[in-house]
Amino acid sequence: MSDTHAQTVPYVRETMLPQQEPPSSQVGAVKWMRENLFNGAISTVLTLLSLAAILFFGYELLPWLANSVWNASSLSECRQILDGATGACWAVIRVNWLQLMFGFYPPELYWRPILAFVMLAVAVAPVLFPSAPRQLLGFSVVYPFIAVWLLWGGPIWGVTVAAMGFVLGYVALRALTSRGLLIQTIAAVAVALIWWLFLAGPVADVLSSALPLAIEPVPSREFGGFMISVVIGVAGIALSLPLGILFALGRQSTMPIIKWISVTFIEFIRGVPLITLLFTASLLLNYFLPPGTNFDLILRVIIMVTLFATAYMAEVIRGGLAALPRGQYEAADALGLDYWKAQRLIIMPQALKISIPGIVNTFIGLFKDTTLVVFIGILDPIGRASAIRATSDWQGVYWELFIFIGAVFWVFCFGMSRYSMHLERRLKTDHR
Amino acid sequence: METMDNAAIDRSHMQVSDEVAIQITNMNKWYGQFHVLRDINLTVNRGERIVIAGPSGSGKSTMIRCINRLEEHQQGQIIVDGTELSSDLKNIDKVRSEVGMVFQHFNLFPHLTILENCTLAPIWVRKIPKKEAEATAMHFLEKVKIPEQANKYPGQLSGGQQQRVAIARSLCMRPRIMLFDEPTSALDPEMIKEVLDTMIQLAEEGMTMLCVTHEMGFAQAVANRVIFMDQGQIVEQNEPKEFFNNPQSERTKLFLSQILGH
Repeated sequence: MSDTHAQTVPYVRETMLPQQEPPSSQVGAVKWMRENLFNGAISTVLTLLSLAAILFFGYELLPWLANSVWNASSLSECRQILDGATGACWAVIRVNWLQLMFGFYPPELYWRPILAFVMLAVAVAPVLFPSAPRQLLGFSVVYPFIAVWLLWGGPIWGVTVAAMGFVLGYVALRALTSRGLLIQTIAAVAVALIWWLFLAGPVADVLSSALPLAIEPVPSREFGGFMISVVIGVAGIALSLPLGILFALGRQSTMPIIKWISVTFIEFIRGVPLITLLFTASLLLNYFLPPGTNFDLILRVIIMVTLFATAYMAEVIRGGLAALPRGQYEAADALGLDYWKAQRLIIMPQALKISIPGIVNTFIGLFKDTTLVVFIGILDPIGRASAIRATSDWQGVYWELFIFIGAVFWVFCFGMSRYSMHLERRLKTDHR
Repeated sequence: METMDNAAIDRSHMQVSDEVAIQITNMNKWYGQFHVLRDINLTVNRGERIVIAGPSGSGKSTMIRCINRLEEHQQGQIIVDGTELSSDLKNIDKVRSEVGMVFQHFNLFPHLTILENCTLAPIWVRKIPKKEAEATAMHFLEKVKIPEQANKYPGQLSGGQQQRVAIARSLCMRPRIMLFDEPTSALDPEMIKEVLDTMIQLAEEGMTMLCVTHEMGFAQAVANRVIFMDQGQIVEQNEPKEFFNNPQSERTKLFLSQILGH
């Protein structure tokens, strides 16, 4: 290059060099293995050790899985079939799987929970996926009442009058639009409460006697298995998110009473183990309620699980709120949006998006915590499994039952996790 | 005041009326014990363009943020477009929907497209039908020269483009007054011009503008009046020519020598 007289002659490139392929050692599987598996001595040793571990577990586990027995009526029959060889006895799932799914729900009525879960898929579709038809949202609103009626049965008027309470509250809210938000809210809550506490019962009785439209009732004690996990889990998830948003906003409120109610609630519930709340629900609550009130156990459990998740949810969402720059609030204010519009259109869409990992974390935690209801005598899958193992046929079965239950829970939780990642990608608009 | 308005009319075709747009009387504000704004008196006529200058921490931003009550004043009176700002939420919302504001950091809504940023407030505050709001938004996006970005998200735009969107977003509310809080301070030098051009265009159309800025060239080009603030007080105000050529107070002289010195 010395003959170009770098100091004196200007250099001008007139044609650009063509793009070239990277060297072959820098692409494909070879590069990947070199970088990830054999990147230095320690890496190579760790790779070989991992390989050895995988082979060892494969060697131990594969025969157990390969020799699986699916057809047997008891553990001893399983052992006879295996004849001394090691093998899994999945027959225990095959024989008992209806119980694991539905508990003691009357078998001739299995169609009702199945129908309820199919409808659940339809009801959540418009909430989860924007491509689902919007008209389905109306169905999502009435679904909870349909599901309760299908699962518990009885006259249709019970859930109808319960739904009426919401309608009346909404009517009160609309009617008092001119009176300001505070009076509207108080009136709506008061109207709904008065309806539920004093009028709903008699009205339902009158309607039932006038027009007995009923399906066979199923009491809560016959619920069990995964059905109960899903019922408690879905109800808790659906209720704890909106309540959590309200408490997160309440905690940030400038109104001292609302702020202190929120802080007290969150700190109290978060500071107490769920199991104590469940015992409170199952044992203590009856002492505080007026004598003679029959407050369904599953409903009590749902309330407690919801309150528990709500406290966590509120803190997760508060984290999202805190992560939003002040400028977003100011821009919303400067455009003349009032508090609720700013929350709904500007603040919450962003705060919830930031909080998605934490929210889903709470959902997954809630769903798995539903197994704790076994301690208050509800036969969820764990409870059913213990009952199955207590029978003379299946005494001594451990792994198969718990692997099955774990796998089912894992599928649910992994599904939630995948959905949340999909949602994060879909809502990613910041292009960072 | 009268002579100054006349001077402005002489200088250009920009009209200033006698109608009062903003009236601030004996306004005081504290942050805790700290007295940030001291005895502010300011009258802004409709169509006037005011540039507010001063060292950082002098209370410039705080003052214009009081005008749409992003900050609360504790003493005195602020009347915007005939509405007095008090704790009455209805009045505050009324003033805010009449007064546009452009921020240093744009504060666009990152989860909404450019078009949605511009139509959100007209649809939800002014209750304008969506189609009409979109037409208005496109009109103003064309005016700030970025209609082709309408369906992108703020994160995909450069700083200068984002700030022009922020101006368009404010204009979509058809404000009678525009507040600019250091609109070019967060921009690269090459993008400052495109934003200032948009603001000059707005000034030429007779918008009432209050602008906190360090762009003294902009002040000389479009302002009727330059206000110099220091330590929470208005130290000096004058028409731009006099302000720059013949500053009266020592503080102003010092400030100008520092800002124009290099």
